[in-house]
Amino acid sequence: MIQEKTNTDSQTATNKNVPVIEIKDLYKSFGKNEVLKGINLSVNKGENLVILGRSGSGKSITIKCLVGLVVADKGEIKVFDTDITKIDTNELNEIRIRIGFLFQNAALYDSMSVRENLGFTLKRHVKGLSPKELELEIREVLENVGLADAIDKMPSELSGGMRKRIGLARTLILKPEIVLYDEPTTGLDTITSREISELLLDIQKKNKTTSIIITHDMACAKHTSDRLMILKDGVIHAEGSYEELEKSDDEWVRSFFS
Amino acid sequence: MIIYLKNIFNDVGKVTLFTTQFFREVFTPPYEIKEFIKQCYIIGYKSLPLVTITGFIMGLVLTLQSRPTLAKFGAESWLPGMVALSLIREIAPVITALICAGKISSGIGAELGSMKVTEQIDAMEVAAINPYKYLVVTRILATTIMVPLLVIFADGIGMYGGYIGLNMHSDVTLFRYTSQVLESITFLDIFPATIKTFFFGFFIGMIGCYKGYMAANGTESVGKAANSAVVTASLTIFIIDMIAVQLTDLFF
Ligand SMILES: Nc1ncnc2c1ncn2[C@@H]1O[C@H](COP(=O)(O)OP(=O)(O)OP(=O)(O)O)[C@@H](O)[C@H]1O
Ligand SMILES: [Mg+2]
Repeated sequence: MIQEKTNTDSQTATNKNVPVIEIKDLYKSFGKNEVLKGINLSVNKGENLVILGRSGSGKSITIKCLVGLVVADKGEIKVFDTDITKIDTNELNEIRIRIGFLFQNAALYDSMSVRENLGFTLKRHVKGLSPKELELEIREVLENVGLADAIDKMPSELSGGMRKRIGLARTLILKPEIVLYDEPTTGLDTITSREISELLLDIQKKNKTTSIIITHDMACAKHTSDRLMILKDGVIHAEGSYEELEKSDDEWVRSFFS
Repeated sequence: MIIYLKNIFNDVGKVTLFTTQFFREVFTPPYEIKEFIKQCYIIGYKSLPLVTITGFIMGLVLTLQSRPTLAKFGAESWLPGMVALSLIREIAPVITALICAGKISSGIGAELGSMKVTEQIDAMEVAAINPYKYLVVTRILATTIMVPLLVIFADGIGMYGGYIGLNMHSDVTLFRYTSQVLESITFLDIFPATIKTFFFGFFIGMIGCYKGYMAANGTESVGKAANSAVVTASLTIFIIDMIAVQLTDLFF
């Protein structure tokens, strides 16, 4: 079992075109509201996939299915070659540790300070950290998002943009191999958005992460994307690079870029 | 009607699952000891002022109200014993539990409800941390342990209130009052009454957690969770009390 795992790991590390995330025929509905009607997508190792789509089209639901937060009605969801719809909680948790998830509204723990928010996961998953090492790690990720002096603040004392950046720091603290960003730049000013986009690229290069980025911010999409997908009516409506989709024949697709 | 019945069965099923999960997870590591102690502090220590005031008033009022009746039969010397018995067997446990349902159940319901709505519980889950263990197990354990302690505390304060009430009309030393009280209480008065407070505590925590954990999306569901936690917990306390009294009758 263990041997098998390390084997696939080394394979993905050497072969750039092995998909790390593979979704096949994903369906999900809430009562009569059919949100996803057969999503197919795959993301290769080290790739940044941007997902666009109107509000309510099911972008957030798609990545929530990917980490097992929302249980899909039908379909195959393969992460690191494991179908997460077919494994138990313990196995799922082993995969979740390797995935970072940035929530649309940051979802910081209100009752904890910024330091505790970041230390919460770190303490539980990295064993044998001394308090000093813990503090260093926390300060390092905070510096990455440019908020080193917010370490003792409570989430209620932070502005929306600061919350988002702390959320980002919390997402990245375990150095995940896959990062799912749900609107990382929404609600930030253009300069900060730009910095966040740079940060995403930095992380991708430094940690060789694979990411899915959901966004409405076309500047961020242009800057970070290797490939884009547009969601419409529960399916992937269009797919391609930024330049390709910008010149698409489909007027609806082009309207995203104007 | 059928839909109504179906909803009830649906709820019963969910509550049962929620409760069995507690017993499955309370014994398996990792143990969230720090959070448990924090919850004990919040639930126990922070409820002390409220329990002190209500406990004192219960004892005082009970004494003042019963005095005239007992005086009619010339049985005023029974007063301390009678007040102590009613306090220990019934009034202190039920009133304290109701107060806790109002303060603790609603507090937990609102706290977990807002964590649910703002996706904080989801955030723990994707970070591979068991939110049930961290949030629910610690809180249910804390209420199960702290509510009985609060009841014992209320017993004591209530009897002191009774002493003050008694002294408004007659002159009894605290020592004599205490010995009169102790003479009239037996093990069988204390034991069943204490056992039932553990159940009160358990359900106060469990219902608060359940309502919060099951909160739907949207901020108004936070208020609903807190509100229905209080209502359900209060009702449950009366039902448990009734069952406990029947059982005590049967066995003792
Ligand atoms: N827990 C839920 N219960 C019922 N319906 C839900 C639930 N979560 C999402 N939905 C529905 O699923 C649809 C897609 O939601 P989703 O959050 O994925 O949208 P989105 O594409 O992320 O939109 P936005 O850009 O506004 O974030 C919406 O129509 C929403 O009403
Ligand atoms: Mg969304």
